[in-house]
Amino acid sequence: MTDALALTWHQYRLERRMFWRNPSAAFFNFFLPLLFLGLFGAIFSGSQKNLDVIVPGIAGMSVMSTTFSALAMNLTFLREQGVLKRMRGTPLPSGAYLGGIAANAVTNAAIQVAIVVLAGRLFFGIGWPRDWIELVVFVAAGVVCLASLGVAYSHVIPNFDAAPAYVNIVFLPVIFISGVFYDASNAPQFLRDIAQALPLTHIIDGLSGALVNGKGLGDHLSDLLVIGLWALAGIRLATRGFSWDQRRA
Amino acid sequence: MSTAAPAILVRDLHKAYGDHEAVRGIDFEVAAGEVFGLLGPNGAGKTTTVEILEGYRTRTSGIVSVLGQDPRQRSRHLRERVGIVLQSSGIYRHIRVREAIEQWARFYPAPRDVDEVVAIVGLEEKADALARTLSGGQLRRLDLGLALIGDPELIFLDEPTTGFDPAARRAAWDTVRSLQDLGKTILLTTHYLDEAQALCDRVAIVKDGRILAVGPPAELGSGSSRYRVVWRDDAGELHERETENPTALLHQLTSAALARGDALRDLSVSRPTLEDIYLELTAGTEQEPARD
Ligand SMILES: Nc1ncnc2c1ncn2[C@@H]1O[C@H](COP(=O)(O)OP(=O)(O)OP(=O)(O)O)[C@@H](O)[C@H]1O
Ligand SMILES: [Mg+2]
Repeated sequence: MTDALALTWHQYRLERRMFWRNPSAAFFNFFLPLLFLGLFGAIFSGSQKNLDVIVPGIAGMSVMSTTFSALAMNLTFLREQGVLKRMRGTPLPSGAYLGGIAANAVTNAAIQVAIVVLAGRLFFGIGWPRDWIELVVFVAAGVVCLASLGVAYSHVIPNFDAAPAYVNIVFLPVIFISGVFYDASNAPQFLRDIAQALPLTHIIDGLSGALVNGKGLGDHLSDLLVIGLWALAGIRLATRGFSWDQRRA
Repeated sequence: MSTAAPAILVRDLHKAYGDHEAVRGIDFEVAAGEVFGLLGPNGAGKTTTVEILEGYRTRTSGIVSVLGQDPRQRSRHLRERVGIVLQSSGIYRHIRVREAIEQWARFYPAPRDVDEVVAIVGLEEKADALARTLSGGQLRRLDLGLALIGDPELIFLDEPTTGFDPAARRAAWDTVRSLQDLGKTILLTTHYLDEAQALCDRVAIVKDGRILAVGPPAELGSGSSRYRVVWRDDAGELHERETENPTALLHQLTSAALARGDALRDLSVSRPTLEDIYLELTAGTEQEPARD
């Protein structure tokens, strides 16, 4: 067990080094939420009410892009390149390997949320988070849920060329209807119904409670429930159809 | 061969991909410490067979044992004792050569020395280079290094020298021989006859999912009862005759030549080489019709 943990840690360290060794990719990774914050901050600069929506919204978007999108893309790439297949032939336990990869994504999610929180405090009049525990709980729940869904989604993506299209067809509509950029309560009913069924809306609700309105965890238990159900489905699908090899045999 | 349990045992192995039977009843054994080669044309079923033994693919039927275990179980203990060079596999683009070998060393209970392995595969000068900057042959050598770092007792090499320049190929042969000297068991596949001849204790010639012949490379030729006798007559024309009884043929030829006063220039008697056997065996039947 300690051995598996040590191997997970070493894999995580390797993934971090690989991430930073591609500095321009790392830069744009962290720059994207800042860019969105800057743009929407400028558009909504007159209205604190709107700023109160986009800061937790973009925090939620960051969680999704660093876990769901990044893992779906990465795993497709690693599978296509034959890296997964090579790892499979070593004694490295699969759990330690995938744990290292997932922990890498989680770290990026944490860094991005921290950047968004800091920018909210410095530039958008949001102040420090009202409820740190709630913030941690929702980031953690969101990360587990969206990371496992990202891994599961990679099974569906046939090859790396198709990966950006596959990821965006999910990512873009979901961030639009989940209220990243505007208060979703103004959206038509059918879109709100769809959004209510999806996890990101509930992650953003929780983050909004933590960052802006200070309604505690107790007020967001139903949100946690929806996220938890998606997480269970995601974990199940992620482990079930996992393919190590591009040529399935 | 020794009486010890074989390192690899394959009995009546079958593998079908949908309707296509890629492996159709293969049997062989590899003794501990032996270098065994699978030689055959593209699509013969070499990789399929090897990857079943490595635990990557599931067999349709048959018995398979690798170091006494069924590779289908994919036990970690077995993977600690086996080194694998796949026909093709990738590596992180931004990892350095030495860093990769160091990382892999952590996976194994008793790894070899990292610098030693870097030297064995001849990548000392590239130790700090990123994988994405390596040439195809250098990447292949990294594959070999990653397979050797765990100090495995059994090593699978699926076309280990494809893409090597002649010097690198000789160096890889030396590596394989030194591994054999250390008592390692090696199963390799190759398209190169000279490689099979240079390295393998025994070779199986595979085609269309079946083994057509097995034996030591030198004896595969002699297993055939035919001899080839070649000479040039006084007019300079080359003659070739195949016979099962070279003594009688030579006697006949030489006495006739003596009587005529001929020289029988360039007279030679040879057994078919591995190449002759290979070409003869693999040319026989038509290729499989293409699958749909
Ligand atoms: N995953 C797969 N799905 C379907 N067919 C496959 C698969 N893998 C191999 N085959 C087919 O099985 C046959 C044997 O393939 P295999 O890769 O074992 O050949 P090989 O002897 O290694 O050839 P090469 O020398 O070209 O590497 C081929 O006809 C190939 O097309
Ligand atoms: Mg092959």
